[in-house]
Amino acid sequence: MKRSTKRYLRQGGLYAVLAAVVIFLAVSVDWGNVHRNFWTPGLGDNWHDLIVTGVKNTAIYTVISFALGLALALLLALMKLSDVLVYRWIATVYIELFRGLPALITILFMAFAVPIAFNGWRPPGGTAGAGVIGLVLVAGAYMAETLRAGLQAVPKGQAEAARSLGMAPVATMVHVIIPQAFRIIIPPLTNEFVLLIKDTSLLSVAGAAVGQRELTNVSRDFLSSGSTSSTGTSLVQAALLYLIITLPLTRLVAWLEKRQQRAR
Amino acid sequence: MSAMTAAIHVSNLHKYFGKNEVLKGIDFQVDAGQVVCVVGPSGSGKSTLLRCVNRLEEPTSGRILVEGIDITDPETDLDSVRTRIGMVFQQFNLFPHMTVLQNLCIAQRTVKRRSKAEAVEVARRNLAKVGLSEKEGAYPAHLSGGQQQRVAIARALSMDPDMMLFDEPTSALDPELVGDVLDIMKQLASEGMTMMVVTHEMGFAREVGDKLVFMDGGVIVEEGDPREVLANPRHERTQAFLSKVL
Repeated sequence: MKRSTKRYLRQGGLYAVLAAVVIFLAVSVDWGNVHRNFWTPGLGDNWHDLIVTGVKNTAIYTVISFALGLALALLLALMKLSDVLVYRWIATVYIELFRGLPALITILFMAFAVPIAFNGWRPPGGTAGAGVIGLVLVAGAYMAETLRAGLQAVPKGQAEAARSLGMAPVATMVHVIIPQAFRIIIPPLTNEFVLLIKDTSLLSVAGAAVGQRELTNVSRDFLSSGSTSSTGTSLVQAALLYLIITLPLTRLVAWLEKRQQRAR
Repeated sequence: MSAMTAAIHVSNLHKYFGKNEVLKGIDFQVDAGQVVCVVGPSGSGKSTLLRCVNRLEEPTSGRILVEGIDITDPETDLDSVRTRIGMVFQQFNLFPHMTVLQNLCIAQRTVKRRSKAEAVEVARRNLAKVGLSEKEGAYPAHLSGGQQQRVAIARALSMDPDMMLFDEPTSALDPELVGDVLDIMKQLASEGMTMMVVTHEMGFAREVGDKLVFMDGGVIVEEGDPREVLANPRHERTQAFLSKVL
């Protein structure tokens, strides 16, 4: 048998197996049930709450956690690159701690354990606010490592040139090193942003006042309320909304990475 | 400046990288207005010596006086001394995220606290000097190596330094671009700029150098009038090196 014929048969076999699996699933699934459960007609009302409350709060929580997390990350990255041993040590412990913990544990801690430990002190924004602080703590740890890598990727000659012009260490950082580091890490940072969008769904376990619920939480409300005969439709709707937000961003990351590779 | 105060005075300078002794007791002087060329094989310590003069490298021991100020003294305000020492690197080291004009203005603004208008005026004057006025809006990536190095010279000059350090300024350039950069350095020399130049360009050393320093193995082997040293090297290591590069 010719080699090309063999390859043709092998590929054909794989496609046949794949087709068989799809057909098996299509035949064995109760389509009526699937339709009733995941795409109940007449639930157009869900969209309003899912978007106006859910997507809005998801966006707000993402942006807040990203902005504060980035500020925290910059501080941690600079500490990690510092000459001062204690700073390096603190930053390392922090980063390892919050990267080692599941984000869910951190969020639950902030929402329930910390208020008890601190005599009922409540973070701004109630439980949702506490959860967001948890997200900030986690995001800061992850982005700190990204930022550190970016700062270290700026060629040494850049700092030397700035220092030789008499620029102080802080001015060198602010005007020369940090702007270049950010250029380098825009793709991974956008990636962190996408991860953060999805991680806001973890906030739903902490619970929140009705108007403060993010997308997953809002869709879960519909799931448990009897009015929609407890179908999975709201989950499908939420899933679609997440994809509408995240897919363009992941495409953007791919495009940015490609552009950066070309620039090199 | 009084005749007593040298622009750069280095005494008994030692520099270790780990256990490796790169500079083994250097005594060295550059007078105001002098052009001193430092030559030698790679690894001889010539770039390290130059970089010690504005303390991009930390000397292990010894003293370095710049216009009489001891820059090895921890009390010295290093940033203010550095504004008086222009430095030009082999790899240009322009800031790639800034335009040419911004490259020339950033240190003037942040260090010398010049107004924007004044900084731009100084920058334009120095750009004209290196013949690149029309490139002020360009980013470094869009310039040739020779143009980048000329911008780097203009950037250093915009701080109105008393002296200039050149660290192999033409070594990263294509041969046909070397001339433009050397021409500007010659012009600077003729204007009386104090210059310390680490270079492989013997022609430049012969033509504009007031003093030639030959280094090998972390010591100064021989120094003197460039024409003299190049024509009649006394030390055999100098002879061996020159026979290879000339």
